[in-house]
Amino acid sequence: MTYSYYPGCTLKTKAKDLDHFARASAAVLGFTLEEIDEWQCCGAVYPLGTDEVVSKLPAIRVLHQAGQKNQAMVTLCSACHHVFKRVNDDMRRDVDLRRTVRNYDKELDYDGTTEVLHYMEVLQRHVGFGVLKAKVQNPLTGRKIGAYYGCMLLRPGGVMDFDDPENPTIFEDFITALGGTPVPYPYRNECCGGYISLKEAEKAGQMAGKVLESAANRGATELITACPLCLYNVSKKAAGDVPIYYFTRLLVEALDAGIDF
Amino acid sequence: MHSNHTKNELLAISGADIDRCMKCGRCSASCPSHQAMDIRPHQFVSYAADGRVDALLECNSLWQCLSCFACIQRCPRDVKPAQLIEAARLMVIRQQGENYIDPDEIPGLLNNDVPQQLLVSAFRKYRK
Ligand code: SF4
Ligand code: SF4
Repeated sequence: MTYSYYPGCTLKTKAKDLDHFARASAAVLGFTLEEIDEWQCCGAVYPLGTDEVVSKLPAIRVLHQAGQKNQAMVTLCSACHHVFKRVNDDMRRDVDLRRTVRNYDKELDYDGTTEVLHYMEVLQRHVGFGVLKAKVQNPLTGRKIGAYYGCMLLRPGGVMDFDDPENPTIFEDFITALGGTPVPYPYRNECCGGYISLKEAEKAGQMAGKVLESAANRGATELITACPLCLYNVSKKAAGDVPIYYFTRLLVEALDAGIDF
Repeated sequence: MHSNHTKNELLAISGADIDRCMKCGRCSASCPSHQAMDIRPHQFVSYAADGRVDALLECNSLWQCLSCFACIQRCPRDVKPAQLIEAARLMVIRQQGENYIDPDEIPGLLNNDVPQQLLVSAFRKYRK
């Protein structure tokens, strides 16, 4: 299976691991990520204002390109995924937006029909956690791993359609498939402080600290995330006690995908 | 200064349906930022309903909302308080000279680990 793939700005820079590990694991699992041509940054936050149009164009171009190739579009970064999923939903529902976009660029005749999948959804819905489990070479036996979902993958639940927004299990099921022990904890879908950490580092630090404390109290000794900003906010607080890294790192470890740490 | 800003403009940009609010306060109870806000999410909805838009355009909550969407997820009446806050923020930063971040501030805020995502998000939220 070949998917269109949108890495996004951070996976080409600070979050190269998230990208490399995902590609290496895809090769082992038998699917291909075909990078979108000449993609632009999606903007990292979904433009919430109903009259925002220009700020949605980078995502619309990417979705349109994937659609023309008849491929589903795969993302890894939680923020990218959030933007693509919601802009796609807008394009499906909003006739006026579609017309405005077409008036701006008649090539962009797009109606929101491209399927947007997070890499984790590919693992769950297409590969299947049962198949994934069968391909594990190095089971993560005995490791107590907390999944940090954060906000962007889950909310608003109706549009994101990722998992139950209040009681998600997909990351825990993933950890189980890899032979690890998932540790659910109350703050796993609470906010880490997000973009506020740029101007208000202290406040974001307090929020990330609550996430860590919640995970540690339940016995997690390591955390995984899909979001570079969550990783940044939480790891600034972690001080080595409970390390946090990308979920794709667990994959390459368990699949023995040929990357040494 | 904000006399040209109307309740209708706020509501149109937000897409929020404030008439549905039953003032249960669940949005504010869910909000991880409520302690830092001078006008909390449920109050924000009431201010909008009362047409007190000037106060909303000047409040600190605009810069404290994290867009975590907890209020939207948990509102039993699908009011979407965060979209109202976003609309007010947009009404502010769309005005000339009203950006909340200046590129000259960035070097002083950087460290080696700051992901590009953080810079892009902040610019999108704070600046037009
Ligand atoms: S949760 Fe919804 S209905 Fe309740 S006060 Fe907030 S906006 Fe109003
Ligand atoms: S989106 Fe903003 S107002 Fe709503 S719960 Fe999150 S921080 Fe609070």
